[in-house]
Amino acid sequence: MFPAPLPPKPAIRAAYQCVLWTSLALWLLPLAAIMLTSVRTAADIAAANYWSWPADTAMVENYRAIFAGTNMLRYFANSALVTLPSVAAALLLSSMASYALATFRFRADFLVYAMFIAGNFIPFQILMIPVRDFSLSLGLYNTKTGLALFHIAFQTGFCTFFLRGFIRQLPGEMLEAARADGVPEWRIYLHIVMPLILPALAALAVLEFTFIWNDFFWGLILAPDDQSRPVTVGLQALKGTYRAQWHLLSAGSIIAALPPVVCFFWLQRHFIAGLTAGATKG
Amino acid sequence: MNRRFAPWLFMSPALLLFTTYVLWPIAQSIWISFHTWDGVGQMEWAGLANYMEMAGDEQIVTAISNNVLWLALYLLSPPLGLMLALFLNQQIRAIRLAKSLFFFPFVINLVVVGLVFRWFYDPSYGPLNAAITALGGEAIGILANEDTATYGVIAAGLWPQTAYCMIIYLAGLSGVNREIVEAARIDGARGWRMLYHIVLPQLRPATFVVVVVTVVGALRSFDLIAIMTEGGPYGSSTVLAWEMYEQALFSYRMGYGAAIAVLLFVVMGGYIAWVLWQLARRES
Repeated sequence: MFPAPLPPKPAIRAAYQCVLWTSLALWLLPLAAIMLTSVRTAADIAAANYWSWPADTAMVENYRAIFAGTNMLRYFANSALVTLPSVAAALLLSSMASYALATFRFRADFLVYAMFIAGNFIPFQILMIPVRDFSLSLGLYNTKTGLALFHIAFQTGFCTFFLRGFIRQLPGEMLEAARADGVPEWRIYLHIVMPLILPALAALAVLEFTFIWNDFFWGLILAPDDQSRPVTVGLQALKGTYRAQWHLLSAGSIIAALPPVVCFFWLQRHFIAGLTAGATKG
Repeated sequence: MNRRFAPWLFMSPALLLFTTYVLWPIAQSIWISFHTWDGVGQMEWAGLANYMEMAGDEQIVTAISNNVLWLALYLLSPPLGLMLALFLNQQIRAIRLAKSLFFFPFVINLVVVGLVFRWFYDPSYGPLNAAITALGGEAIGILANEDTATYGVIAAGLWPQTAYCMIIYLAGLSGVNREIVEAARIDGARGWRMLYHIVLPQLRPATFVVVVVTVVGALRSFDLIAIMTEGGPYGSSTVLAWEMYEQALFSYRMGYGAAIAVLLFVVMGGYIAWVLWQLARRES
């Protein structure tokens, strides 16, 4: 192991723990502050109390102000209604595409694969005007469907890149045997390949949920209206309404950040497995 | 099902959507960049006029130099992430919890990160200035100052980016060959020498991933700018991505916006080509 494991001396281990948790506290200081701020009263904010325990908590009031006084709840629902179907559809389309790319040898297979990878890196701005125009012309502008369709299309690139690697690692003999027996391709995909890549699909689902939920740019471009905007865009709008009302903005931020955070802590193993695929194999 | 057509059948839904929403729009943007267009009326052919204008546009010069600054400072996150990963690569009680808490900033969306840092820098309500004035200094508005705004935004971006690099390096470190490390240790290698000669070469796949995502993240910078400065004050913190958005949607100059997007795309395209070449080499 590198660095060398700590010697078993209790003093050294205690010192390490001490440095570890102090640096962690510093690292997460902004988050701790925003959590505290979200339960402060306006008076507390004006008195510039940051680190003291709130003298008078206003948690219920602040969160009620966000839920009842703004459309945050609707934005939250919009985000969920865009994100969940997008994740499901992107996984479905990309598992099919990556099945083809991983198990068939055909001309242009690397070309298609390269195209899906390259798609991940392109700057969003090169797509912005035409995609917005296209959505406007089909009546998909300012709809959750329009936003979801874009996410599905775009994320399919990354998902295909990710899943192809996994399908390639499956034992090829099994597929060949099934094919030699004349099993139809769609059954091989559905009954042999899909069950084997379930862990990869789980990892990908968690990652994609986070990516799509946290998207801001496409929400701003394709669904900026009050009716359809996702929670990230809603939070930005809230920033304009509640200038310097940091207790309310903090409460709104926590609501917007919560689902991916819960998802991460709940499905941490999958999340990290997904994110770090490719970091170890050479 | 014919084996020649089967792969295309499986790929067709993905390809159809990808072509509609990604490939075709790239071609359209390039086409639009040669026109003058307000987004509603008739497009007018403008030849290279948009590109010529870009060459003399001071805002574009600012945007490009800020993009370079983003890139240069963002590249601090791989070494910072590696340092953090080395620090955390121990087996001790509660280390898993500590690792996931260090990773936490990456899971939060950039709108929230931007708001947190805006509040942190706020001249009248923020903790940073409270600390400065408590120490007897003068309160400063980091985001309101032309010379410091970009640095303030980049600092906010480095926070989640470093967490991202850390987690990838942690995975890389867990794959480092123990026997080689032990053998080198017996040969007397330790510290920097061990890191440089033994560990870093084994971390190459991790470094590749980390550098790729960091460069893309730096060139894509948009969200934090939109939340924290909107390119201001006086356009001093703009980058190409923001400039394009502003020109297209606020000044109704779609042709000019498209030309900026093409510039960004060409820069990124060169980079993508390099990445693909590396991947193809790894594959064969």
